[in-house]
Amino acid sequence: MEEKFAYIEGAEQPISMHPKKFALWLFIVTVVMIFASLTSAYIVRQAEGNWLEFQLPDIFYYTSGIIILSSITLHFAYVSAKKDELSKVRLGMILTSVLGLAFLVGQWYSWVALVDRDVFFVGNPAGSFLYVFTGLHALHLISGVIFLIIVLISSFRYKVHSKNMDTMEMCVTYWHFLGGLWLYLFMFLLLNH
Amino acid sequence: MATASVASHSGAAHDHHDHEHHDNFITKYIFSTDHKMIGKQFLITGMFWAIIGGLLSLIFRLQLGFPEMDMSFMKPILGGWIDETGTLDPEFYLALVTMHGTIMVFFVLTAGLSGTFSNYLIPLQIGARDMASGFMNMLSYWFFFVSGVIMFISLFIETGPAAGGWVVYPPLSALEQAIPGSGLGMTLWLISMTFFIASSLLGGINYITTVINLRTKGMSFSRLPLTIWAFFLTAVIGLLSFPVLFSAALLLVFDRSFGTSFYLADIYIGGEALPNTGGSPVLYQHLFWFLGHPEVYIVLLPALGITSEIIATNSRKPIFGYKAMIISMLGITILSFVVWAHHMFVSGMNPFLGSIFMFLTLIIAIPSAVKVFNYLTTLWRGNLIFTPGMLFSIGLVSFFISGGLTGIFLGNSAIDIQLHDTYFVVAHFHLVMGSASFFGLMAGVYHWFPKMFGRMMDAKLGYIHFWATFIGVYLVFFPMHYIGIAGFPRRYYTWTGFEFSNMYTDLNMFVSIAAILTFGAQLIFLFNFFYSMYRGRVAPLNPWRSNTLEWTTPLHPGHGNWPGEIPSVYRWPYDYSKPGAPEDFIPQTVPLSATPESNLPHEQELVKLEKEIIAEEEAVLVANESTNS
Repeated sequence: MEEKFAYIEGAEQPISMHPKKFALWLFIVTVVMIFASLTSAYIVRQAEGNWLEFQLPDIFYYTSGIIILSSITLHFAYVSAKKDELSKVRLGMILTSVLGLAFLVGQWYSWVALVDRDVFFVGNPAGSFLYVFTGLHALHLISGVIFLIIVLISSFRYKVHSKNMDTMEMCVTYWHFLGGLWLYLFMFLLLNH
Repeated sequence: MATASVASHSGAAHDHHDHEHHDNFITKYIFSTDHKMIGKQFLITGMFWAIIGGLLSLIFRLQLGFPEMDMSFMKPILGGWIDETGTLDPEFYLALVTMHGTIMVFFVLTAGLSGTFSNYLIPLQIGARDMASGFMNMLSYWFFFVSGVIMFISLFIETGPAAGGWVVYPPLSALEQAIPGSGLGMTLWLISMTFFIASSLLGGINYITTVINLRTKGMSFSRLPLTIWAFFLTAVIGLLSFPVLFSAALLLVFDRSFGTSFYLADIYIGGEALPNTGGSPVLYQHLFWFLGHPEVYIVLLPALGITSEIIATNSRKPIFGYKAMIISMLGITILSFVVWAHHMFVSGMNPFLGSIFMFLTLIIAIPSAVKVFNYLTTLWRGNLIFTPGMLFSIGLVSFFISGGLTGIFLGNSAIDIQLHDTYFVVAHFHLVMGSASFFGLMAGVYHWFPKMFGRMMDAKLGYIHFWATFIGVYLVFFPMHYIGIAGFPRRYYTWTGFEFSNMYTDLNMFVSIAAILTFGAQLIFLFNFFYSMYRGRVAPLNPWRSNTLEWTTPLHPGHGNWPGEIPSVYRWPYDYSKPGAPEDFIPQTVPLSATPESNLPHEQELVKLEKEIIAEEEAVLVANESTNS
């Protein structure tokens, strides 16, 4: 019985996916696990009572908008790269990087807004969790921006084009993931704070 | 090291690589990206840590067995931890237990076992030139190395290493005022573990990517050796559980160093309330055991995989129930994530929740029993060849049974409430997880030593080592069941202070002597290992007459493993003693068309298909060569 399967698979090349892309997906799994564990810790802790109630900073709506916008501009860059329109790739990448930085600045101001509301990192875990979520996400986002800039630089060196999309595709995957992760965290906080 | 003779032996192998370059000492032995060298680095580092971890356990065994003993002779090493009257500092006793656990679980049985054999065997057994990313692989080792250096330093600081148990539960581990070990020692523990997590994840990502993407032609998942299945699933478990340990550790770091209250609430020290409010120490336990339980299988599964391979080879029989083995490992993988709270039956959790976790825990007995029966049925009426590797594998099966049975007791919440944190638990996990995995590690070293270093280990010393260790392990851990049932808690500094337990002093003396002798037996292994590396008999290419791909490489495989083409695979790895075949083994590289005398009816039908594929390949090869020339 084993042999039957084997031949169907054996006939084609066993290399099914770009190993680095695959590794990136696995890395994403580990990040998912970190945030899954933190958000479930949040729920477990919340269920125990003694939970500080406070308003989420409105600025989260703006930063969510920014991160969605950045995914759109990155997609624009990606499509342009497939068509070998390099100037559009650069434009898209620059826009995405700037939006990424704008998101980080926005997150910083959300912390300022929290402090104004007397919600501090040190204090009731309700606030502390919020800082950990946003902080840890921002840390990953910084790595994402670095990745964007690396791709931007290689686009200036004519290394991003329709025949050489691997790095670009990995960058796109990672960035969309980080955007999605933020939207998840924001939704989670809206539903559970 | 032993591979210093590589150049002279495998000169032929080197010519075939167009990118072959001569490595200097640093790129070859230190910052190597060759999976084989990285595997050996993990092995040697793991052995170093095993010695340290073992010695730590001897110190606290001396304390437990001979509480009145004058330990001044250890003053040169332990310094201030032994006072003027020659007694061991109780705080340091806690640190010893903690470090023994941490070192053995993470550094020896995770990095030393999975790190060694996943790195060494995955590319060799699936037919790949190297791991998916050699650089990441190198980073994985060096993160582990840094983690080890930090942990090693923590052994020597003034306040001592972390002392809150290897599980480092807060608030004990979170408050510096609690015990001396919760100061700098604990900080270093957390930093070290962060590096270790990074190392495990880098390694794990690499193993999974390699197994999925880099298998040679014909190496379908249904033809993978069970070792690879085990390493693959281990990596999956690690990938899903280590990030959670990271989360737990991160929040603990915030509590310790930034003043947050994730795990701390309403604590009074010397009548003064701490500012922390609203934390939940049980939250830490949930997060920790979400890693902690899968970690048991991270430790055990590679050992089970290694055992499957060695038992099949040395029984000269196909492994019994190849698919059942895979399915049971998959079952263990999945179940390992839904049983964590059985470590927390006494934490005050809802008893109804407790009975759910109890139910799930007991289900694990099923895949485990399937595996045990498959080992036994593979051995049954086989042509057993008792190599040292085989003996250690059988030893593993023995521990897996005797330690697994007590797991059924402990999995029941009603019994666990009585036995929780007693020596019964210590006996249970040292047999089923500690000793079984250790025996898997040893079996692997004896079995693959000829491939790693091109020489054979001495079998006679191997037998002595096996019997001394096997009997020793039972002598050490079996009496602990009685002590545990009597109710003695683990991690206690002394037995003599309590009426109910001071009658066990002689039993403890016995355990301690057995522990010292068992540790002594490991010196035989160390001698054998390093002596054989240089002076052992030069190994034949396939010393165990095994089917898997690693034995088709040259004696000292270069970077890239196979000179020339990577061999294709035409059959599963367990064609031992196939009726009709002239030899009692048929390597995976032998096409079905070459063995018409032993093919089964359905295989005979596949021969035609196989011939077509081979013809096609040859056509491609010829075409390639004509374009090259």
